[in-house]
Amino acid sequence: MNMDIDASKIPSPGVEPDTAEFWAAANDGVLKIGSCNSCGEPHFYPRAICPRCGSLDVGLKEAKGTGTIYTYSVFRRTSEPYALAWVSLDEGVGMMTNIINCDLDEIRIGQEVEVVFRPSESGQAVPMFQPRGGR
Amino acid sequence: MTINGKAYIAGAYEHPTRLATDKSVSQLHAEVAAGALEDAGLSFKDVDGYFTAKAPGMGPVSMVEYLGLKPRHLDSTEIGGSSYIAHVSHAAQAIAEGKCNVALITLAGRPKAEGMAVVKGDFKGPENDFEIPYRPVVPNLYALSAMRHMYEFGTTSEQLAWIRVAASHHASHNPNAVMRDKVTVEDVVNSPLIADPLHRLDSCVISDGGGALVVVSPEIARSLKRPLVKVRGAGEALKHMDGGRPDMTSSGAVRSGADAFAEAGVTPQDIKCAMIYDSFTITVLISLEDLGFCKKGEGGKFVSDGNLISGVGKLPFNTDGGGLCNNHPANRGGITKVIEAVRQLRGEAHPAVQVPNCDLALAHGTGGWVSTRHGSATLIMERE
Repeated sequence: MNMDIDASKIPSPGVEPDTAEFWAAANDGVLKIGSCNSCGEPHFYPRAICPRCGSLDVGLKEAKGTGTIYTYSVFRRTSEPYALAWVSLDEGVGMMTNIINCDLDEIRIGQEVEVVFRPSESGQAVPMFQPRGGR
Repeated sequence: MTINGKAYIAGAYEHPTRLATDKSVSQLHAEVAAGALEDAGLSFKDVDGYFTAKAPGMGPVSMVEYLGLKPRHLDSTEIGGSSYIAHVSHAAQAIAEGKCNVALITLAGRPKAEGMAVVKGDFKGPENDFEIPYRPVVPNLYALSAMRHMYEFGTTSEQLAWIRVAASHHASHNPNAVMRDKVTVEDVVNSPLIADPLHRLDSCVISDGGGALVVVSPEIARSLKRPLVKVRGAGEALKHMDGGRPDMTSSGAVRSGADAFAEAGVTPQDIKCAMIYDSFTITVLISLEDLGFCKKGEGGKFVSDGNLISGVGKLPFNTDGGGLCNNHPANRGGITKVIEAVRQLRGEAHPAVQVPNCDLALAHGTGGWVSTRHGSATLIMERE
């Protein structure tokens, strides 16, 4: 059951004024996370306010693109099963994603993963994750 | 201010339909409203407060016109399936403050007739752009919590299956239930996987219909001929991802439950039966832990061996068969939890599932997605 996700089936995200920098970076193959210039805490998803301290003085910082699988679920009621997951990034925050480029039955909580970008239907790149070191 | 003793649930009605191809959603709202008012011994002209969440048109504005109401108090708090449990609390608050005396709460929908087989979280929130590329749907969002709960606490599919087994035992006595056959643990774990580790029989039914409640002041309650079901305590909460630091094995019930028990002045051990929103089996398990019926991580053990079956276990739950077997109207069944609690407190539940001396009951709702973000509402009611 090795599979990648058919790019034509990745719904495209909307790009808003307060998230355009994140998505532009994704198109350059860079994963960024929200970062507060007041309290210094990271956050995800990126937004125009720090959800930790309420400061509007926020920006983005580059993430290493590595993390571990916090939880996942393979959705089977479809012709091409896929793995929805939450990945905890090494920076201390996490994100929803898909785990790709692997045997879906081999995915495990705690597994080390790394970011890989895939084009969505509009061409906008979205971050996904694969087992670290590739397969 | 407390709402303890300030309001009573005088009317409760669950629509018997489960497939409403021949009725509009507004019509269903009207039929459940009429049913609950008749149950209370009141009429539409007595209603001076109206509560609903998602409803046709501009929600309460459209519904109030359709129903011909002229309320002086309105509330359209929208927290998914937990909305209607919160509405009871809000109605009690409004009554306690003199804002209304007869509050009508309605829910209706027909996802079955409209073919909404898999419910997508098709909202346009700021989080949406960071999630829709990964195709979250309702089952896999709940499955994220189930998978993590299994990892952290050793919970098993067989333990989750006991929740469905209990619901099916109760549904076997409910002539309106969508699925009336008793099932076994083996039936559940051998049903097809939808989203690992959740099976088809870990999931609620899809059904049309609705329900309504009438909440009234103490003076009006005592003037009516119905048994007195008093609002004792309530709590609500919103749980979210906390800026990307989720705890997917707990829910808003931690806060909403604690607040409800504190206001009611009772403990989980005092509760005779619990109606817990059961979108999936995992929703019930996490709610039971967070409400304090057992310790965190011990939900699997708590639900096993029929402990949720009326007449068998310590905590009869969802004695109408719940969303898992009976009815999940509008893909948001919170109101049915209060309706079945009222039946139990009145002694009007099916004799096979009626809890003896049922004087204190709890209803709890989880609206949204247990893993990522949801509304949570808890209500404690007493037979006076």
